[in-house]
Amino acid sequence: MNPWPFVIAAYGAAIALTAALLLWAHGSMRRAEAAADALKRK
Amino acid sequence: MHALANPARFLRFARPATTWLLLVGLVLAVGGMAAGLTLTPPDYLQGETVRILYIHVPAAWLGMAGWLGIAGASVSQLVWRHPLAAVAGRATAPAGATFAAICLTTGSIWGRPTWGTWWEWDGRLTSMLILFFLYLGYIALASAERERGGEGRIAAIYGLVGAINLPVIHYSVLWWRTLHQGQSITVTGSSIDSSILWPLPLTMAGFTCLFGAAVLMRMRAELAEAKVEARLRRMSA
Repeated sequence: MNPWPFVIAAYGAAIALTAALLLWAHGSMRRAEAAADALKRK
Repeated sequence: MHALANPARFLRFARPATTWLLLVGLVLAVGGMAAGLTLTPPDYLQGETVRILYIHVPAAWLGMAGWLGIAGASVSQLVWRHPLAAVAGRATAPAGATFAAICLTTGSIWGRPTWGTWWEWDGRLTSMLILFFLYLGYIALASAERERGGEGRIAAIYGLVGAINLPVIHYSVLWWRTLHQGQSITVTGSSIDSSILWPLPLTMAGFTCLFGAAVLMRMRAELAEAKVEARLRRMSA
């Protein structure tokens, strides 16, 4: 059994899920802080 | 902990810390994974699949450490009524759930060529799956409680009760000797050869920094959302 497809699939899943978590956390932070700043300026 | 009880003081610490954790985490995680994929020899038994170790072990550690963080935040909230404890618990849960999911996914993929099966109802695998479901329950409960204007005490109690699963996961390989291997790395040493082991501390540190960055970003988002809600309430009053 060729091991490399399993290794690549495991790394791909780990990288994709970590990137999704970081992008979601960053996006929600940016949106919330922008809304708070916009309201402060009003 | 108590020095950061003031949200303004916490944000002065969290803003630069987020950037540094992201940068250091990315360098260490990418460097460790690259080293694990290209610079280490294959294992004499498992061959090339041993390289999954460098992502599976950090994910298992962070899946469990995340719930330890939730339990700590729960104690902090119930005992000291720390104003950021509920925010910290809610911010930790999605990161913990993600790494528990990574642990289960990479473990399943590792299991197919090593054990000949994608899944087995073994003690370690099952207790880790329970941890993932506990995270989903915590996320649902904490967000429902927040929407109803609660202080997060029910979620904190749930966080403490759920911590019972952590020693079960840790000792599962000793209590039920089934498919998952025993502990390879302990406080006294490791049964893994150093030529294979050395990139693991890099990915452990790297993914831990990225986990920390995700938690800080979620805490900042929650604090900003709370600020908006409070201001809108004052404006409408």
